[in-house]
Amino acid sequence: MTDPMKKLVETETLERAFEGGRSLWDDAKRRLFRNRAAVISMFVLGTMVIIAIFGPMLWIHDFRTISERNEIAPTFENFHILGTDTQGRDLLARLMIGLRVSLSVGVVATIVSLIIGVSWGAIAGFVGGRVDNFMMRFVDILYAMPFIFFVILLLTVFDRNIILIFAAIGAVEWLTMSRIVRGQTLALKNMEFVEAARATGVPVPTIIRRHVLPNIVGPVAVYVSLTIPAVIMAESFLSFLGLGVNEPLTSLGVLISEGQKEMKEKPWMLMAPALTMAVTLLCLNFIGDGLRDALDPKER
Amino acid sequence: MSALRRSLNRIPWAYTAKRLMIAVPTLLLIITVAFFMMRLAPGGPFDGERKLNVATEAAINAKFGLDKPLFIQYTDYLASVARLDFGPSMKVLGKDVNELIGDGLPLSLSIGLLSMSFAICVGTFLGIFAGLRQNSTGDYSVMAFAMLGLSVPTFIIGPLLILLFALNTGLFAVGGLGTYPNIGMSWYNMTLPILTLALPQIAVISRLMRASIIETMRAGHVRTARSKGLSERDVILKHALPAAILPLVSYAGPAMAGVMSGSLVIERIFGLPGMGSYFVDGAINRDYTLVMGALIIYAVMIVLFNLIADILYAILDPKVSYS
Repeated sequence: MTDPMKKLVETETLERAFEGGRSLWDDAKRRLFRNRAAVISMFVLGTMVIIAIFGPMLWIHDFRTISERNEIAPTFENFHILGTDTQGRDLLARLMIGLRVSLSVGVVATIVSLIIGVSWGAIAGFVGGRVDNFMMRFVDILYAMPFIFFVILLLTVFDRNIILIFAAIGAVEWLTMSRIVRGQTLALKNMEFVEAARATGVPVPTIIRRHVLPNIVGPVAVYVSLTIPAVIMAESFLSFLGLGVNEPLTSLGVLISEGQKEMKEKPWMLMAPALTMAVTLLCLNFIGDGLRDALDPKER
Repeated sequence: MSALRRSLNRIPWAYTAKRLMIAVPTLLLIITVAFFMMRLAPGGPFDGERKLNVATEAAINAKFGLDKPLFIQYTDYLASVARLDFGPSMKVLGKDVNELIGDGLPLSLSIGLLSMSFAICVGTFLGIFAGLRQNSTGDYSVMAFAMLGLSVPTFIIGPLLILLFALNTGLFAVGGLGTYPNIGMSWYNMTLPILTLALPQIAVISRLMRASIIETMRAGHVRTARSKGLSERDVILKHALPAAILPLVSYAGPAMAGVMSGSLVIERIFGLPGMGSYFVDGAINRDYTLVMGALIIYAVMIVLFNLIADILYAILDPKVSYS
């Protein structure tokens, strides 16, 4: 009696193991979480995101308020723990707002580039032929453009505002995305399951949405994770040149640029934002690297 | 000599010609977009705190041809650009844009080329060093350094280097130039700007080279070379390296574009009067002619460097055929 029971239990576990087999995503997740640098980075970055969202609401100083005594070095008196800027505004409050602005520029501009790049690349790759040729030549021409220079022009010519910065940077970053997506789509297009969908009369937009896009998530996710730091860097680059967000709003780039002007007498004004920026970008890059190693089939 | 002749024979002339032909409409597009963007935007170069009186305004507009219809201005501008004349600056009195660019370009170009060559040498070496010792301490330290170079932007590294080596220790002057009355370049003082500009490129190149050499060492032709009994040194130098270097060549074009936009920030940090500072100042002051001139020069350089990189690639990689 015991033997068949044991056997039954065994087959059951076997079957269960089969059903919940390790998918590509499980594998990737496992590899990602085994990457220590990426895990620590996710933790640090998560903390920073929470601080950027809730910090300004909770901190006793407002980022616009000017204290009676300006240019205070870091001190516990009155809780200016990172000191103040040249106008006497609390640096920690400004740092948190700056982090919030920089991070949201990074995310929003990346989403803009994601939407444009993925639809452009998927359509070009899937439709193919003359349409593909035309669409990708267009991308080639834009590639040859000195884009950062155009963004600078755009920001000086029209009044600077944060939406324009989002759009301008996002519009630059979609080019590579569209190339990646097109390459993947071209490879997928001739696979059996797509052919089967087409044979059963599924309309093209549905095929793209249901069958092609889910299969290009991997490479796109990797590229997205590397685009966010690139965008944050681009925004800070513009801010540093004096073309960033308007006062009293601030970003990490603006704070670094202000700090650089005063770095001899007031080094704290440079150190805090510089360190924040470096840690943010390091975390994002580590996560991006981790994702790539986890998802790239070549490394397996 | 025969090696040189062989490489010359590999230059894809037809492809080069085609690429140059594409470059012309690309540049035309850049000029057109930039021209109309600047002219159609609200506000002009001569809007000051006070309104100019009518006669002065008319005289200025006549001098720069701003009184003509927009389309005529556009064709006039194209014609003068074709003659390589970018017109007078709208903000720097009595100077032509050509003069200003002539002042700034040599400085920017030499900083850019120097830091690029420095980055290629150091980055290649570090990448190969790390790749051949995959997963060793040496590999990890190189990759950690590359990660830092990738994550810490130039506008942080620059000020930090100034703080450390110029302000605190006085090893270098703060700007790259000598003192004001006789502005002469001092190569010694250019060390910091060049280093700062090179660092992100070193990071990218060493990562690229590391991945490439690891892949190449697994390739069939390297295994063949080994099994022939060649020494490990010959295997690496003669068989692995030439193949591993190829991705670097195709990266060199975009890298040069990166270096040029990076020089905008470098020139600002180190107070260097190069093209970048003219471009940024011109954009902020709405010096239309200066900005257009600088933009066109940048565009030409980027197109040119990309072309050179592609041709080099064709010469080096026997598998590529452009036809």
